[in-house]
Amino acid sequence: MTTTLVPGARSKGRRSRHTAVAWLFLAPFAAVFVLYTAIPTVAALGFSLTDLRGSDLRHPLAVDFTGLDNYLRLFQDPTFLRDILNTAVFVAVGVPLTMAIGFALAVALNSGIRRMRGVFRTVFFAPVVTNIVAVALIWQYAFNAGGTVNKALGYVGLAGPNWLDDPHLAMPVVILLGVWRNFGTAMVLFLAGLQAVPEDVYEAAALDGAGKWRQLRHITLPLLLPTTLMVSVLLTVFYLQVFDEPYLLTDGGPLGSTESVSLYTYHQFGSGQLGMSSAASFVMLLLVLLVSVVQFRLLRPRT
Amino acid sequence: MTAVAASLNDADLTAAEDRTAVRTRSVGRPLLYGALVLCALLTLLPFYWVVSGSLRGLDEIRADPGAWVPQHVTLDNFVRLFRTEGFGRFLTNSVLVALMVVIGNIVAASAAGYALAKLEFAGRRLAFGAVMAAMMVPFTTVFVTQFVITVDMGLADTLTGIALPGVALPLSVFIMRQYAQSVPDELLEAARIDGAGEFRIFFRIFLPLAGPAVATITIMSFLTSWNNFIWPLIVAQSTSSYTLPVGLAATSQAAQHVTDYGLVLAGALVVMLPVLVLFLFLQRYFVQGIAGSGMR
Repeated sequence: MTTTLVPGARSKGRRSRHTAVAWLFLAPFAAVFVLYTAIPTVAALGFSLTDLRGSDLRHPLAVDFTGLDNYLRLFQDPTFLRDILNTAVFVAVGVPLTMAIGFALAVALNSGIRRMRGVFRTVFFAPVVTNIVAVALIWQYAFNAGGTVNKALGYVGLAGPNWLDDPHLAMPVVILLGVWRNFGTAMVLFLAGLQAVPEDVYEAAALDGAGKWRQLRHITLPLLLPTTLMVSVLLTVFYLQVFDEPYLLTDGGPLGSTESVSLYTYHQFGSGQLGMSSAASFVMLLLVLLVSVVQFRLLRPRT
Repeated sequence: MTAVAASLNDADLTAAEDRTAVRTRSVGRPLLYGALVLCALLTLLPFYWVVSGSLRGLDEIRADPGAWVPQHVTLDNFVRLFRTEGFGRFLTNSVLVALMVVIGNIVAASAAGYALAKLEFAGRRLAFGAVMAAMMVPFTTVFVTQFVITVDMGLADTLTGIALPGVALPLSVFIMRQYAQSVPDELLEAARIDGAGEFRIFFRIFLPLAGPAVATITIMSFLTSWNNFIWPLIVAQSTSSYTLPVGLAATSQAAQHVTDYGLVLAGALVVMLPVLVLFLFLQRYFVQGIAGSGMR
């Protein structure tokens, strides 16, 4: 992914001619980018420094500049602090779980099996492309008080709770949906990493008497470190922004036990608190940037 | 990174299989298969639930919502679904939005990706930075202003307003740029020496070679558009501009009060099916596209 510098054979004239053509080629993307990414990002920062409300949108001049007030209020708002904690739980539980499953399946599929290999890969990847609204509805049907999950628990003599109405159980169910939906991505990325490991390394290790577990620990894991870092950063950014799963399953409830920072932003937007909403969304941007910077720092030497 | 993406090709997978097959023949193969089958069944559970549940009649579900096997298989839920007010409209809207998004991405991303990879120009780093920024900035950060802009342009509650932010996805640009880098410079340079203009080179020489990348972009942008939920939810204010996921969520909220899970699950199945069928046939492109999004 290095920027290819064209050898100096080119004249200045051609370069400038290319500049006009190139920007013409880039124009549609650039227009969408300016309109829907650049302006909104700057505006979010701007809004976050004002007391903008939904009703002010028609009279923008009535809005007052309030400096960092929104941010101060944000970090004194017990709801926001709770949502930061919830989001941290999503990341701290969701990321390792997703990675562990993805890694285990990738190793299993890469261990030389042939029959059904393609079928397994298709099955494990299918959740990634499945519509989230549809899956969330299935989840609600399954984890309902009288749903299929409790029915199955009943067969082994357990009385199942009403999962999504229980402040302690809703979170695990919401995280489970996130994991179900994302482990396929982790698996595919790990598979790609595993296939890049040269075979003779294993052969040499086997000749030296290293068993499967030692090969896994001392060859596969170290060589897969860059992939592991990449997957962990990707998933961290993903779970940090978690929205669909809690929104669709519980709308952040019960008692706010599954409300994420993204959902907080959305709820503030819904109640017309655009200044607060923007401040929270900017905190999210900073968190994502922070993770991305860490990614670049850690991965640069390889690429 | 191109190498990693390329190694996802099926041909390479088979080659890798051949090499690794020797390695682990001795290991407890049945145990491994047993574990994989168990994982596969668990993964497929939601698919089983949606199919079995949607085939059960209203009375049956009311009497015993959690039953795993339908007593009497019926298509009644699907019949009722397609008779539901607005359902055909939602389906048409989803298709129209996806069409705009896919065409937009093919045009905008092919051109942008090609320029980033193959043209030497002032501001290239800036342009590439924009692609990266567009991938990185959370939707949470931008949606308020995106909505304000959409309202200002008079596009609130329109299909164009729903489609527009997605017509030039950064991932599509990225995929095309990666692909274009693998096309040899000599090919383009030769055409330049022959006096071909830049547009001619792009359309006549580059694009015919870019089929696989265009396919990946088509599929990824279709997937993104078809599955998109929050943005259409924000922009669509009347049922006439609801897309399928938004309509499904609204229908289900109403239906769940009367515990009409059969109808809800039938709707869920109809929303899921097109993408799953596409996925079964064009798996390679899906995997490449999604793996590509991890390879920034």
